Amino acid sequence: MSPEHFAQLESALRQVTGFIYPNEVELHWSILIVIYPYITGLVAGAFILASLAKVFKVKDVQPTYRLALLTALAFLFVAPMPLQAHLGHPERAFEIFLTPNPSSAMAMFGFVYAWYLMLVLLLEIWFEYRADLVRWRHRSRGLKKLFYWLISLGSRDVSPEAVSFDHRAVYAITIVGIPSAFLLHGYVGFIFGSVKANPWWSSVLMPIVFLFSAIVSGISLVLLLYYVTTLMRGKKLDMNCLNALASFLLYVLIVDFSLESLDVIHRLYESEESIGILRELIASKLFISLTIVQILLGTIGPMLLLAVGRFWALPDELKRMAYFIAAIFVQVGIFSTRWNVVIGGQLFSKSLRGLTVYKLEVGGQEGLLTALGLLILPFVILFVLLKLLPPWDEARTDTEPANPQLA
Amino acid sequence: MPKTYERREFLADLAKIPCATLLLGVTGPLQALASEGGDYDPTEHYYAMGIQLDKCIGCGKCVQACKTENDVPEEPFYFRTWVERYIIYADGEVRVDSPEGGIKSFPPLEEEKQILRTFFVPKLCNHCDHPPCVQVCPVGATFKSQDGVVLVDSDYCIGCRYCIQACPYGARYLDPRSKTADKCTFCYHRITKGLLPACVEVCPTQARIFGELGKLSTPLNRMMRTSNIQVLKPHMNTEPKVFYSELDGEVR
Amino acid sequence: MCDSGGALRTRKIPVQVIQLGVVFLFLGVGMFLLRQRFVPESFGDLGHYRANAVGAVAAHPIQYAGWQVCADCHTDEVETKKRSYHRTLSCEVCHGAAWAHANEETDETPPLPTQRSLCLQCHSYLPSRPTGFPQIVEERHEPAKLCHTCHNPHDPAPSETPESCSACHAAIVRVKAVSHHAPLDCQVCHETPAQHSVLPRSNLPRKPFEREFCGKCHAKGAKPPNVVRGVDLREYDIRRIDLDTHGGTLVCWQCHYQHSPEAR
Repeated sequence: MSPEHFAQLESALRQVTGFIYPNEVELHWSILIVIYPYITGLVAGAFILASLAKVFKVKDVQPTYRLALLTALAFLFVAPMPLQAHLGHPERAFEIFLTPNPSSAMAMFGFVYAWYLMLVLLLEIWFEYRADLVRWRHRSRGLKKLFYWLISLGSRDVSPEAVSFDHRAVYAITIVGIPSAFLLHGYVGFIFGSVKANPWWSSVLMPIVFLFSAIVSGISLVLLLYYVTTLMRGKKLDMNCLNALASFLLYVLIVDFSLESLDVIHRLYESEESIGILRELIASKLFISLTIVQILLGTIGPMLLLAVGRFWALPDELKRMAYFIAAIFVQVGIFSTRWNVVIGGQLFSKSLRGLTVYKLEVGGQEGLLTALGLLILPFVILFVLLKLLPPWDEARTDTEPANPQLA
Repeated sequence: MPKTYERREFLADLAKIPCATLLLGVTGPLQALASEGGDYDPTEHYYAMGIQLDKCIGCGKCVQACKTENDVPEEPFYFRTWVERYIIYADGEVRVDSPEGGIKSFPPLEEEKQILRTFFVPKLCNHCDHPPCVQVCPVGATFKSQDGVVLVDSDYCIGCRYCIQACPYGARYLDPRSKTADKCTFCYHRITKGLLPACVEVCPTQARIFGELGKLSTPLNRMMRTSNIQVLKPHMNTEPKVFYSELDGEVR
Repeated sequence: MCDSGGALRTRKIPVQVIQLGVVFLFLGVGMFLLRQRFVPESFGDLGHYRANAVGAVAAHPIQYAGWQVCADCHTDEVETKKRSYHRTLSCEVCHGAAWAHANEETDETPPLPTQRSLCLQCHSYLPSRPTGFPQIVEERHEPAKLCHTCHNPHDPAPSETPESCSACHAAIVRVKAVSHHAPLDCQVCHETPAQHSVLPRSNLPRKPFEREFCGKCHAKGAKPPNVVRGVDLREYDIRRIDLDTHGGTLVCWQCHYQHSPEAR
């Protein structure tokens, strides 16, 4: 192991306050483990938004339906990467598929991920796009033609019966997909919530809070992407759509905030043994990331902005601006939420007598650069997907309007 | 385990001569250890440790011996066992320290405040009967052996560190050389040959006692008969197998 | 449902589903076969782990031989040590891990340590060490002198039994030294058998537990001897209490810490 690593640990040791167990000076779950639930949260949230359009038939958000699916896919592709980069032995990662321990929530990862990727998201996208893929294939040449032929699996049938089957399949898969999305992100919450050794993590609410903050982040991401991509294509923003997105974002934010407030109130009221060190944790190490970023900037600020945008009589340009800013703050706030859970849970000692520090390196396997790269990569993938499988209304090849009825 | 795998194995066994089937049932544990030429049967032992806190002098020899015996990295961030010092002052303040795990004993106190009680507490992996670390390992790289020792399979561990998070006692660390989880093994390589763990071997005051549960002729039995026995964090229901006597209520 | 003069009912499996089915079947079988191939042997034999891992852990090399091995060759030292205060101290604590030496795997012999820091690691005064463990204050105990010049490491009893109890009960002596009982020697209250310094736990001193014992000095009207073990009690202001009413039925030290008895 490198002397720099030891020098870092030594420096961390000097900054310990109180008492920590000697083995606790090294923080084990780094920023990569912050990124993983952030990314799967975006996947689950984007999918839930898509299901709003498809299952709950909210017509106003229909323009974002395909975009939400592609967003979910782009982020899902990247999701295993932070985990892989974090492992001590990434080359042994396949062992999770070979010998999953049935009592370990983490062992579920392989199967939940495979299920969600193969049997939910890819399948849904395939059925949703299949007719278009076939027609796009006819209109393309060269590599693009080959590409469409491959991913449509050589499909040829675009008869009304086949297409109506596609629509029914999408509907059915979305219904299955909603609990699957809950599972994909909820199990991460369970991984933390079931660790009795850590009083910051151990909570029945953890999977629920994870899920709702995921939905918040997913909706706000799709809002941002819809906004940006529409402007980049020089098209007009559909205000009904934006207003609907803002409404849902506001409602889910309120639920999310209520849940997190419930957690805080419950902890303070019960005031059990860990409350002393956790209070110290929040007041010192997590003051900025929790009180300022997560709560003020990431939740209360956006709630106010969205409420003002929705319920005040303002010109559309100002409303859009309010939504846009709110959505950005939400993203920062949700990332901060993940940080506070993952890193926060490791900043205090299990002896409940001391606090340590997290040193984020710039380079290295688990450093800032890797983290930034992993956060940028889904957007790169999404860019490619948007080019290959354009979700825009004008790219659609069917003559049906943007809100397909079920056959 | 998928049922097909078990069925294949079973069919394969059936195809062999019946005595080979008998042999297969017995070979498992013996194969693991008979290669050393011994006849150690793990099903005949169930190990535990006792620590008498009124005898610990905080010399830190156990910490050093463990590092020597088990090739633990020298740096003060990796400990299979360590010693903590508790100082409870008359005004109620509690101060705990463990400088480099106590490996070079402890620095003298600047005696400004009046001390009510002060003592040392050696700590190590508790080899729990319901180990939360084993519960959360995603691949089965850590396990409780038949003789009650929680071990790590460092050729199989993927280094996800879930077990380190799940241990309530801070007993685990990630070995920086092998990038796998590591911890006290009760010196498994010694106890299976009838030797004592290194920490027990070197303790100058016999504060550490090693023995087996369920047997009468073991020093641990006397301790468990004659002392009040406590374990660390009993509310976690991990059923630790390191038993303390004279464990103060301030110890976490 | 448009009936195009053919068999197109909802019962017929659409082509795209068959296409998908083929892909998934291929993937599923592939995964299954890979799994069969790569699950390690011995996994699952004894539980959800590789049974061979147990043997791998048990095969680690040994560093400490254990004192019984030392006895095979170094019988004199071991026999001496067995009857001394260091009887529970393993040879390898001071001489280092010696498995290789004991099994003649190396020409190097274990070191003969002489530096003070080795002995001080156990014997320097720390209030956290249990009472009754011999401790010295480094700066005041023959500073810089090597320990083994006065103490044989295999039989470390000092040439003269220390008069003061502070050699082993340093914390108590230090507390008492700044209290009202400072002038009182330990033996005033604790009758100590001579063997106590040889086999401490088997020859415990007496601890007084009668109120009248403390009353010998502290009761109203008590007449303590003028001189007790070289200390003239007439030079001290001894607090008096009414033994019949003060403290009910409690023994004195249930409230007053006898080594620092000032009521706080």
